[in-house]
Amino acid sequence: MMSSLMPNEKIDIHAILDDLENYRPKRRGWIWREKSAQQTYGPFQYRDMSTALVNGIAQPAASYFSNIDPQPENTITTEIASGRFEDDIRRMRMAAWHGADHIMVIRTAGQSHFDGLIEGTPQGIGGIPISRKQVRAHRKALDLIEEEVGRPINYHSYISGVAGPDIAVMLAEEGVNGAHQDPQYNVLYRNINMVRSFVDAAESKKIMTWAEMVQIDGAHNANATAREAWKVMPELMVQHGINALFSHKVGMPKENIALSTVPPTAAPAPCVRLDLPYAVALRDLFKDYKIRAQMNTKYITSSSREATVTHVMNMLISRLTSADIQSTITPDEGRNVPWHMYNIEACETAKQALSGMDGLMELVALKREGVLGEEVRQLKERAVLFLEEIIAAGGYFEAVEKGFFVDSGLYPERNGDGIGRQLNGGVGAGTVYKRHEDYMAPVTAHYGNNNVAQYDERKVSEPSALIDGCTLEKPEKIIYIDELDPEDNVNKRLDETEHYRQKEVPMITPEVQWLGDGIVQVDLVLPTDARTAQYAAVYFGEQMNLKEVEVIHIEALHPSEGSRVQIKGVLKVDLNLSELVIPETPEVYDDDTIRHIFETTSVKIVAGTVGEDEHSVGLREVIDIKHGGIEKYGCDVTYLGTSVPIEKLVDAAIEINADVILASTIISHDDVHYKNMKRIHEYAVEKGVRDRFIICAGGTQVTPEIARKHGMDEGFGRYDRGVNVATFIAKTLTHVTELAPSDSAIAEKEA
Amino acid sequence: MNQYTKREDDFENRRTHLAQLTESEVEARFWSLLDEIVSPLLTLAKTHTSPSIERSVLLRMGFSSLEAKPLVEEAIRRNLVGHGVGHLVYYKATQDCITIREAGLAMLQGNGWEALEVHFGQEVAQ
Repeated sequence: MMSSLMPNEKIDIHAILDDLENYRPKRRGWIWREKSAQQTYGPFQYRDMSTALVNGIAQPAASYFSNIDPQPENTITTEIASGRFEDDIRRMRMAAWHGADHIMVIRTAGQSHFDGLIEGTPQGIGGIPISRKQVRAHRKALDLIEEEVGRPINYHSYISGVAGPDIAVMLAEEGVNGAHQDPQYNVLYRNINMVRSFVDAAESKKIMTWAEMVQIDGAHNANATAREAWKVMPELMVQHGINALFSHKVGMPKENIALSTVPPTAAPAPCVRLDLPYAVALRDLFKDYKIRAQMNTKYITSSSREATVTHVMNMLISRLTSADIQSTITPDEGRNVPWHMYNIEACETAKQALSGMDGLMELVALKREGVLGEEVRQLKERAVLFLEEIIAAGGYFEAVEKGFFVDSGLYPERNGDGIGRQLNGGVGAGTVYKRHEDYMAPVTAHYGNNNVAQYDERKVSEPSALIDGCTLEKPEKIIYIDELDPEDNVNKRLDETEHYRQKEVPMITPEVQWLGDGIVQVDLVLPTDARTAQYAAVYFGEQMNLKEVEVIHIEALHPSEGSRVQIKGVLKVDLNLSELVIPETPEVYDDDTIRHIFETTSVKIVAGTVGEDEHSVGLREVIDIKHGGIEKYGCDVTYLGTSVPIEKLVDAAIEINADVILASTIISHDDVHYKNMKRIHEYAVEKGVRDRFIICAGGTQVTPEIARKHGMDEGFGRYDRGVNVATFIAKTLTHVTELAPSDSAIAEKEA
Repeated sequence: MNQYTKREDDFENRRTHLAQLTESEVEARFWSLLDEIVSPLLTLAKTHTSPSIERSVLLRMGFSSLEAKPLVEEAIRRNLVGHGVGHLVYYKATQDCITIREAGLAMLQGNGWEALEVHFGQEVAQ
């Protein structure tokens, strides 16, 4: 039994699966982030930040600002799609640490045509089959993860396809917090019969309303499907409107209805110029509803850099307008199903961009007069004209039959290439039945005519009282099915990778999505054209002992001078961690501590590369403020240059009354670097000044052991930087101060 | 090839009746037209049911997905789905003084359907 997570321990998947049949979620309903009273982080004042995490990982540059990790007020979504829910659990935990509080686990291809619930844990393709066991395991894991990070995490799934109401009930019972639900998605993109889709949708939405789920619509798919995505804007407003109003009239509160909106274009198109009027028009029309801002996927390529830039521009739109939910698209989506690290990159991109643009609207305002206002107005009018034509055609079904939707024209322009469906066509056609006068369903959250009065007039407002409560009030009535397929299930998959979970013999191998997948990504620049580079890269990958090598990205640096290629491959190598020798982590003081010590003792340093040695780069990196060297802590450094005679170095230290001598010695031929260290030490002893100085040597072949053996106080090797040297100096100085008894202490003792 | 409409952008001509509206009037028109479009869809949903809706009712009554599916299929086969499959189970349970689950499981064994046909069939005829 796992009662809480420890940051330094992996989540135990077996413990999650244990006793799952008796697990009940902690809560139901969506939880929004709230603006926090705390808006000060480090030296900065923010405007729109939400409550900080108890456990999280700040962005890399936070190290310059005492590791602050402000969390924007927007819910941040990450979408996970590995196809193995047991591996997704680990990624959810990573994402939560990086600021995600809305976890969407993508559904496997094909489930929307499955007429019923899927049970057990079969493996999916590009997502997972949504089943009770899978959903329960995920919610159970998130119940632990949200306590670890100190922020509620919303779990999201899918209520679409021919089994919408079945799935809605199961998700409501399992404490799922949000879901996609939009009958138009069924109709247009899954060719599910439209009558069935709308009749089912009302029931699904009623159940979602009971479960206090946030609903996200499917309109963004028109953007991804249309030939010229920026032209479907009037239609998108119509689609949002149909689903939003339909949902609200079923009983769903407007604050739980989120529009899934995407900035339609991407650079090199002038995307901000095109996307902003649309974003403004949408927020005008739907001011009482929530906005889920998705990132553009339509024009994504295999370049993860380019995708990231597009997504940052998308978030400029979010900041200039609003985004209750900032969804993220992983920058690798253009080349594979998202990998662990790209989910994290996307979360970090969102956190970075949204906190970086904090308070933007205090400084700028949208110019509603002029072209922005005119375009906003025009988009609204185009949407109204679209609605007028739907009514003129005879209604929604007739409009779909006539191919009104996903036409590539900027409405009222029509290109005749829309997606049309027939009233009696599609999956599930002819499966809608008229309710008789006596139709009755003795359950909670049932939509439409329900003749409970024929049995008990007092129970009309509470139909499930007829059966002493349904599963929504009495979850103990839920029938839990574990596994149906003896081969395709989580237990079999875990068995195959169990050696990576053993604590006794800890084996490890690289992975990108599944434990033990062995996949690595390698970046190469080849000095040739792109076509040649593509094939040459595979050769080099194979020479690196990678299997199943594939090119995942290629970009010309020049038509003949060079090409950049990214490849992936499987590295079939395991490492037994108990055989790995890891040197102890050197102690490093934080910048403020070092600065404080240097300030109080005013440190003077003399430095140079000694002997017949012209290397300067290493020492300059340790010293120069530009490279984050020790100068930044406020010490006084006298740099004597290269090929400095030993005697000159020590004499200079005596002359300026230095505290520290730093000798760089790179050349190691004939052990000259050992000899140099020894000579510095001996010369200082000869001069009678050895005790006055901290003397350190550094170089690529220097180790602390060698340096100390040859008379140095400390040695620094190829991985040491200014902070390591500064820490040693600071430590030694404070140590000396602590050990040297003050006059008053001596006086006390004598007394 | 489909015969869907193709036309040039005639926005300027079409919008003449909107030109004089204020921005908030345009927005109000957007919502009232939408209401006209979705209202019949909601009426349709209120008065109709589907296999998925009926399965979702049975799930809420404490049946598993594996039990719900054949119960609904049998009710459709016997032309009883319009009364509500949960209703059929409820009726059988009260008639036989057994629990809801006992009634459903008996129906899964093929028991009691004729009696249901007689009862609900007569009501339909009335």
